[in-house]
Amino acid sequence: MEHHIKAPLLKEDIDNLKAGDMVYITGTIYVARDAAHKRMDELLKAGKELPMDLKDNIIYYMGPSPARDGRVIGSAGPTTASRMDKYTPQLLDLGLKGMIGKGKRSPEVKEAIIRNGCVYFAAVGGAGAILSKAIKKSEIVAYEDLGAEAILRLEVEEFPVIVVIDKTGEDLYITAAEKYAK
Amino acid sequence: MRTIDVKEITDAIKEMCIEANHFLTDDMAGALCKAKDTEEAPLGRMILEQLKENLDIAGQDMVPICQDTGMAVVFAEIGQDVHIEGGSLEDAINEGVRQGYTEGFLRKSVVNDPLLRVNTKDNTPAVIHYDIKPGDKIKLTVTPKGFGSENMSKIYMLKPADGEEGVVNAILSAVKDAGPNACPPMVLGVGIGGTFEKCALLAKQALLREAGAHSDIEWVRRMEEEVLEKINNTGIGPGGLGGTTTALAVNINTYPTHIAGLPVAVNICCHVNRHAVREL
Repeated sequence: MEHHIKAPLLKEDIDNLKAGDMVYITGTIYVARDAAHKRMDELLKAGKELPMDLKDNIIYYMGPSPARDGRVIGSAGPTTASRMDKYTPQLLDLGLKGMIGKGKRSPEVKEAIIRNGCVYFAAVGGAGAILSKAIKKSEIVAYEDLGAEAILRLEVEEFPVIVVIDKTGEDLYITAAEKYAK
Repeated sequence: MRTIDVKEITDAIKEMCIEANHFLTDDMAGALCKAKDTEEAPLGRMILEQLKENLDIAGQDMVPICQDTGMAVVFAEIGQDVHIEGGSLEDAINEGVRQGYTEGFLRKSVVNDPLLRVNTKDNTPAVIHYDIKPGDKIKLTVTPKGFGSENMSKIYMLKPADGEEGVVNAILSAVKDAGPNACPPMVLGVGIGGTFEKCALLAKQALLREAGAHSDIEWVRRMEEEVLEKINNTGIGPGGLGGTTTALAVNINTYPTHIAGLPVAVNICCHVNRHAVREL
């Protein structure tokens, strides 16, 4: 199946997504990776507010290369999601609905996906040049001092991803590899 | 005795950092293209198509192939009849990396300390491997290494009794653990033999081999072919989303080892197996 959906995410859109579906996302998404997740975790532990509202939003695990003059962003492909696993369940419990990354997720993240009706998408790893074309606007939301690890807000148009873990917990990394194993 | 100024080295390193991050070598790009024609999974073919298009855009628009423009690994083979003047070789190489990553709009991904983790903001220092060779030339290789795949690399200190089967299983186990995390289709650099650190270096050097080329040693060549087939039968596929192209190449380098040991290092690289080579 192919879907064209808006971000922030709507419940009915998530309900229609199945592991293996191609999805093109248009709208606003956030970018955060290792160091930003660590800082958000510290904020939550201290009982403070996060720099952005997570409700119904998508976080893209990514650290772009610098933009050349006149461009929105540099190369902008996904980074490995499992490094964020430790911090993810609490973010999903707080309203985060979608994640874009690459690679396996922990059982704890899968449980939180099912518990909260969320979705984990993969973008194609190592395709940062082509993916950058779908990013129309980029601004820093927080942690500018982290350089490539700052939290960004992106406007994306038809950003191509694949559903890896849907809200039922079905994991394409497991089912697809079994299908083609000889 | 031939004299080479450090400035020449800095300029070469700078240009190679930029070149390697925007243009794959013809053999690697060719291997990716060929895989597109043989991949059995429709989604796998689509991903390989996207990767091919990504390479074209990277070169045309000068946007890095991958946003992880890596930690710069540099191999410096110095002819023993070369005299380097104008400063320290190590400083010259790091200055080239600094200029390349800054002026080339490459991502600065290096932190100053593994636990304190403050970004050095210019991607230095590089990881430099020096080698002394006969002759009066300097051969420089820059291979920016991304960490999605580097993180999935492994070293195994096997027992001699584990033999060929143990080696094959070790490589397959590393690949299966890596799965989608290492951005397949991967290239595997494998070291067998030597000591702990020699084995890891053999694996890193094996990644520099031309795609499709095989070892001159008969049993090694056979193992490269067998392991590649086994890896492509795991079903992991492009992007880890299922298919018959999980690796593009398995390159094995060997070295004599100790009577008590059988070290095996598996250095995993993604399909963006970048390098640039220059002789001064």
